[in-house]
Amino acid sequence: MLGGTYALVAIGYSLIFGVLRLIHLAHGEVFMVGAYIGLEIMLLLHVGPVVALLAAILGTAVLGIVLELIAFRPIRRKGGSFLAPMVSSIGAGLILQEVFTKIFGSEQSDYPSQLANNVYDLGFVLVSTTQLFIMGTALVSMVVLHIFVSRTRYGIAMRATAENLEIASILGINTDMVIMLTFAIASALGGVAGVLVGLAYTSVSPFMGINMAIKGLAIMLVGGLGSMYGAMAAGLLLGVAEVLCVAYLASSYRDAFAFGLMIIILLVRPRGLFATGISVER
Amino acid sequence: MFEGYWASIAIFLGINVLMGFSLYIPMTAGLISLGQGGFMAIGAYSSSMLTKAGMPFWIAVATAGMVTALSGILVGIPAIRIRGVYLIILTLGFGEIVRVFFLNFNYTGGAGGLGGMLPYTNLAWVGSACVAAALVAWRLRYVRLGRAMIAVHADEVAAEAMGVDLVRVKLTAFSLGAFIAGIAGAFFAHYALFIDSAQFGFLRSADAFLFVVLGGIGNPLGPVAGAAVATLVPEVFRFLQDWRMTFFGALLVASALWRPDGLISAMRLKYR
Repeated sequence: MLGGTYALVAIGYSLIFGVLRLIHLAHGEVFMVGAYIGLEIMLLLHVGPVVALLAAILGTAVLGIVLELIAFRPIRRKGGSFLAPMVSSIGAGLILQEVFTKIFGSEQSDYPSQLANNVYDLGFVLVSTTQLFIMGTALVSMVVLHIFVSRTRYGIAMRATAENLEIASILGINTDMVIMLTFAIASALGGVAGVLVGLAYTSVSPFMGINMAIKGLAIMLVGGLGSMYGAMAAGLLLGVAEVLCVAYLASSYRDAFAFGLMIIILLVRPRGLFATGISVER
Repeated sequence: MFEGYWASIAIFLGINVLMGFSLYIPMTAGLISLGQGGFMAIGAYSSSMLTKAGMPFWIAVATAGMVTALSGILVGIPAIRIRGVYLIILTLGFGEIVRVFFLNFNYTGGAGGLGGMLPYTNLAWVGSACVAAALVAWRLRYVRLGRAMIAVHADEVAAEAMGVDLVRVKLTAFSLGAFIAGIAGAFFAHYALFIDSAQFGFLRSADAFLFVVLGGIGNPLGPVAGAAVATLVPEVFRFLQDWRMTFFGALLVASALWRPDGLISAMRLKYR
């Protein structure tokens, strides 16, 4: 169930890395913001999780664009090293985390569970409505993304930019526009994941982003840098693996398990499960 | 002159400077790590267990450094084949594993944390360690090993073709950095007098990274300047109260925009 949300966050990293070859260290905070937007919409307007999801998508997409304009584009223009955007995104993440702590307090906020929690028997597993909703939303998001990237003009422009930014721009693609679009989509996926995790755990906190950020990075790496489908597969894989770890090994080591798995996979396949051949020689 | 509040700030500044150097040295060889917090945790926990068992402070600090250096070699082995973004995320994973390990390892206090250390750390210890680390980082640019590290950073393939032993250089750089982080951890444990795993999480590692990149890579003064700015700014702007970390975040964004390559420019190598 959580595998779907991991995958969504990891896809966000992957999209941004694919286009800019950068790690976006505030992505976990975008995820957190998405969760809070969903929470507030549900509390203030008394609407269902679907509306909350749409609001979170919109809100985080705008946030993603703002982050790109403030923390990434100016550095790109100045031609700084690839480390500088990491610093500015750490800074942006700090700001988001502090502002949300200020507004909502540092404690966990309860997430309203809007869904009647019926449990269905699918023959081999028992699933609740919430779980079905989460899995369904994650899958729908991924399918929509797939169609967007493979079938639409903008999606193709995005892939061309990821392939080679300079050549894409020579061929008449407005790469600045594409990068903004990439940030919007990646952040929206993070926002969706935020709402879903809120629904799953029924609580959110301003500090929930860090853990997710680190896991998302690990998943992106396991899936293969910049590979969207690799991130999907690796996210789902880790979700299942974590549950198995809790069930059969030790529940307290769940978070370490993900990274142990990552290191082992990297030792065997240093470029991830679905290698993209993206050069990272710097 | 240095008492109470200012002494404690000076000591934390010193520990941060050490953390900066612990990442600066591997970065000289092009190895970027976001897991220095993990090394710091290993140094902090191992030195605390040693002094609590009755070992003199300085031996405990040195031993903790050695233990951490060994763990640095262990982490460095997968790092030989991996570089760039892969290495960053791999070390990040290492830091998390260390954190979760100490969270669950009951022999060192587990989730409850570890307390009961005696306040051995003082300004003289931390100050001399900083000076020593700075000397090492500075002299490193003039000796064979350091030159090899710079060559590896510039171009691995060319360096190897020139006869640089990549494995040896990378492992040395990594474990030297880990050694310094371990010592920083030992000082931290015997000053804070209480440690738990959450103190050595991702934020601690990100801090070390900030010190170096903020200050500038390629000059031993860089990590000092970076650590000084990052430690003192939140203190000086304490009057902003709850908004000071927000201000600090904004400052990070601004400095990355203003000087993307760090506050202090890279030192030029003189060839004699």
